[in-house]
Amino acid sequence: MKNMKRPHFVGLIKKTGLAVIASTFLLAAPIAQADIKPAVVYDTAGKNDKSFNEAVYVNGVMKFMNDTGIAVTELEPTNEAMMEQSLKKFAQRGYSPVIAVGFTMANAVAAAAAEYPDTQFTIIDGVVDAPNVQNVLFKEHEGSFLVGIMAAMASNSGTVGFVGGMDIPLISRFECGYKQGVAHHDSSMNVLAQMTGSTPAAWGNPTKGGEITRSQVENGADVVYAAAGGTGIGVYQTAADMGVLAIGVDSNQNYMQPGTMLTSMYKKVGLAAYESFAAAADGSWAGGFKINGVAEDGVGAAMDEYNADLVSADMLAAVNAARAGIIDGSIVVHDYMSDNSCPL
Amino acid sequence: MTRERRLSWINGLLLPFLNVLTAFIATAIVFILIGVDPIKATKILIYGALGYDEGLGYTLYYATNFVFTGLAVAVAFHAGLFNIGGEGQAYVGGLGTALVALYLNPALSAWIVIPLAISGGLLFGALWAIIPAYLQAYRGSHIVITTIMFNFLASALMVYVLVNVLREVGEMSPESADFIKASWLPFVHDVFASFGYKIAKSPLNLSILVALFFSGLVWFFLWHTRWGFAIRAVGKSNDAAVYGGINPKKIIIITMCISGALAGLVGINELMGVQHRLFLNFNYGYGFGGIAVALMGRNHPVGILIAAFLFGILYQGGAELDFELQNVSRDIVVVMQGLVILFCGGLEYLYRPILIRFLAPIEATE
Repeated sequence: MKNMKRPHFVGLIKKTGLAVIASTFLLAAPIAQADIKPAVVYDTAGKNDKSFNEAVYVNGVMKFMNDTGIAVTELEPTNEAMMEQSLKKFAQRGYSPVIAVGFTMANAVAAAAAEYPDTQFTIIDGVVDAPNVQNVLFKEHEGSFLVGIMAAMASNSGTVGFVGGMDIPLISRFECGYKQGVAHHDSSMNVLAQMTGSTPAAWGNPTKGGEITRSQVENGADVVYAAAGGTGIGVYQTAADMGVLAIGVDSNQNYMQPGTMLTSMYKKVGLAAYESFAAAADGSWAGGFKINGVAEDGVGAAMDEYNADLVSADMLAAVNAARAGIIDGSIVVHDYMSDNSCPL
Repeated sequence: MTRERRLSWINGLLLPFLNVLTAFIATAIVFILIGVDPIKATKILIYGALGYDEGLGYTLYYATNFVFTGLAVAVAFHAGLFNIGGEGQAYVGGLGTALVALYLNPALSAWIVIPLAISGGLLFGALWAIIPAYLQAYRGSHIVITTIMFNFLASALMVYVLVNVLREVGEMSPESADFIKASWLPFVHDVFASFGYKIAKSPLNLSILVALFFSGLVWFFLWHTRWGFAIRAVGKSNDAAVYGGINPKKIIIITMCISGALAGLVGINELMGVQHRLFLNFNYGYGFGGIAVALMGRNHPVGILIAAFLFGILYQGGAELDFELQNVSRDIVVVMQGLVILFCGGLEYLYRPILIRFLAPIEATE
């Protein structure tokens, strides 16, 4: 009997080797519940895109690995076929949850989730209707509303600017929220809005971002809000060069041009990824929608030591009042994507 | 063995083999430098590409694209034309396929829709090549310059069409609606399943048969028809062709149309076969890869099939490496593919003088 058991045991070690070793070491760690094998598939921009994917990588994946010691396997696909292939392969090898980053992954996630109904998939910014898919969405219009109020209060010229990335409904949602915020403070103000381009290349074109900013400033704008991924770097640089204020996006980017960054509209994508991993680890992961608005603190206006000098007490009070209004329902920010229009 | 025969063995087999070997040695050095065991990496690559049915399916699926673009480049080569616009022709060809597959009556039978959608790809690919061909034939603009510029034009055109015309309201990604079901080419795993064999799901679809069919057609066309002869004659010697009563201008137009049409078939595999919708950059890299495939395959359909298979292995095996080894990023995979293109394309005659000197020296005439 002993002889029969031994090889079985050896086989078991081989099979679950890593997991066994990992869990022995992690028994004392704070989050060391179920053995999860998390994975993440970025979109084709790659994890070092200085923007959306990188936020997931730095604030989600890296942070989770550091906090728990659980390894997160990553993949950066190079083409459309590889997205689906890698999601399915992760599922097939028992990885769960598998996080897909960005709306471009929606088709691939739908296919993989149908084939592997026991795997937990999380898609950030996309919508896939399946019981084993968690859709993480953000109310970007609410966060943009708050920074719109700040822009309107900081402006002396009565004109503010908006630089979008790719011309898609999602970015129009930022734009529309921002315009509503500006109008909330002073409906006579003028908003100059432009998109950088109509393809994903528009997320990484700082030169063009700078050009658009320059033309907006020349037309009177003295606060420019960029919702354009990596293109924003050019916007902030040009704003600093021309002595006007800029507003960052996605991560807290206040540190990038201290002194001219009024605030950043943060969108906690990294935290969303982190929470999805953590929920899978403690067994509370559930499919469906996870919508992060101002009330959930998923979006908002970033305040830190870099912009403390630029934000007046009045501004802070106005933002806090608007935040409270959004949470209690007295202020309703129109969502562009609900009807593809922006009534002002 | 006569010297002629030995030379053809050297050019056709030994040289490509040595080039690939050199590329692999260079890759192994790169792997050692980044701390990856090259033996282990090779094992993963080969197993991932050929070792199990799903991997093999992906390999053949990638290879199908390279067969189309490889044939496209090869046909043009035979007329002495360097068509580097395969990327753009494939892209616009995909639009032709998509227009048929989107707007035809969904009630029609697949037997009508599929041939029409394939024709759409052929037609649009050919149309995209005809302008550079005209400029080369009648205006003397060099085909290399015009075709590469047409790649950019194709990219701009497709962005416009996808963003402003084909994208559905409320959709984020610049992509079309789903094609009508009748235009979907069956997956190979579904075909096998209908005969009772179960194989793993992969994107491999029946367009591989289309690729084999066109390989045979290109072979027959180039070596067994008058037009094929005329194309090769123009490629070998323009003046001799004129002397033989061939109009090179007409041949340039015909050749480029055929070349563009073949490149336009990439959409058959990518769009009708797998994704069932039109989206940005589905053609990414296949047009340029086709140049390497044609060079390595010595512009012969058999050689192209083999070279396309090798590129399929590199694509799928590379994806597998990226998946299995955390310190191999997708950029290393591109480096690996680049080295193969460098040694098989750019430096293809590196070993030729040495080989000829030792294996087929010029014999003294008596």
